[in-house]
Amino acid sequence: MIRVVHYINQFYGGIGGEEKADVKPEIREGVVGPGMALKAALGNEADIVATVICGDSYFNENMEEASAAILEMVKKYNPDLFIAGPAFNAGRYGVACGSICKAVKEKLNIPVITGMYVENPGVDMFKKDLYIVETANAATGMRQAIPAIAKLALKLAKNESIGAPQEEGYIPRGVRKNVFKSERGSKRAVDMLVAKLKGEKFETEYPMPDFDRVAPNPPVLDMKKAKIALVTSGGIVPKGNPDRIESSSASKYGKYDLTGVSDLTAETYETAHGGYDPTYANIDADRVLPVDVLRDLEKEGVIGELHKYYYATVGNGTSVANAKKFAATFAQELVKDGVQAVILTST
Amino acid sequence: MVKEIERVGIPVVHICTVVPISLTVGANRIVSAIAIPHPLGNPALSKEDEKALRRSIVLRALKALETEIHGQTVFEK
Repeated sequence: MIRVVHYINQFYGGIGGEEKADVKPEIREGVVGPGMALKAALGNEADIVATVICGDSYFNENMEEASAAILEMVKKYNPDLFIAGPAFNAGRYGVACGSICKAVKEKLNIPVITGMYVENPGVDMFKKDLYIVETANAATGMRQAIPAIAKLALKLAKNESIGAPQEEGYIPRGVRKNVFKSERGSKRAVDMLVAKLKGEKFETEYPMPDFDRVAPNPPVLDMKKAKIALVTSGGIVPKGNPDRIESSSASKYGKYDLTGVSDLTAETYETAHGGYDPTYANIDADRVLPVDVLRDLEKEGVIGELHKYYYATVGNGTSVANAKKFAATFAQELVKDGVQAVILTST
Repeated sequence: MVKEIERVGIPVVHICTVVPISLTVGANRIVSAIAIPHPLGNPALSKEDEKALRRSIVLRALKALETEIHGQTVFEK
């Protein structure tokens, strides 16, 4: 009987939502929440003996302590297999699942597996180290995710050979495996070129990796004369969210005038972001967008000027493509407005 | 977003709580924040202490903007 320990967050553990994202890890016997479906999918070859539950914010803000505590808890159950999530597009959850899987793999030397949406930050961080089953971007995809995870998990536990990503349903890890093809490379390359010239479909044998790094710009030389702009993904908007920026998967960003504003208050600003406990930001939005401090520094001559506009969007589940588009657009305005440096805050 | 701003030639510093994400995504100047729901705040402190804390993080961010770097750099306290 394959002994399995499952890791989930505070929401799936039934403890609470964002207001409970700071709960410390705990372990319970048997299954909790989605573990029930996972247990059924694993069938009678495996048994989920325990479930770890940890708050997403607690894990991300205390990665070392949380991992250490969880490893101690997991060790006691002597598992043969460790499964985390699935996290879908939940960023902190994905990072937690990836981190704890990696730690369990390294310290307990047992197979590990998780599942998440391809844009989850946990993917780029851990795809090289782990099998991450590709899931939909929301929990509506749970019914497809569970069997896919269970199937690959059992293969890993039984030390069976694992095929290519497309066959097994995991996100490509960047591992290259040499294989023999029946036709030689020159013929395959020419066939591909002919298809391309004819406008027919063809499939590359090796997709070019997208490194997308931008070299750092030179530093600000004279901060006392510099115009600094604020940008945030924390969703800080004027009270009432006049542009109706979505609390998740934002389709837009806002550009707001700070003329005459020296301090963000509960009456004048709020957060539109649905991915973190909004209590603190709603009471004092300076906690996410530090206008008060920058105004002081402006008055004191530490910086030349706080740019009159700030840009805000909501980072919660917002697609990489959209975030890129927003910033590419407003970056042009920042250049036109003579902004010399930007402070970008994220939650 | 950080990379798009860097791409147009403006130095940018990312104040964020989950530094590993910022590193993976490719921000160059990174300053770590206090907590996810209040990156530049701490509701457990008095208003004055909290503002002083916020000011220290912002000053660290400005220092990052004034520092020449050659690759991704996390600016610790």
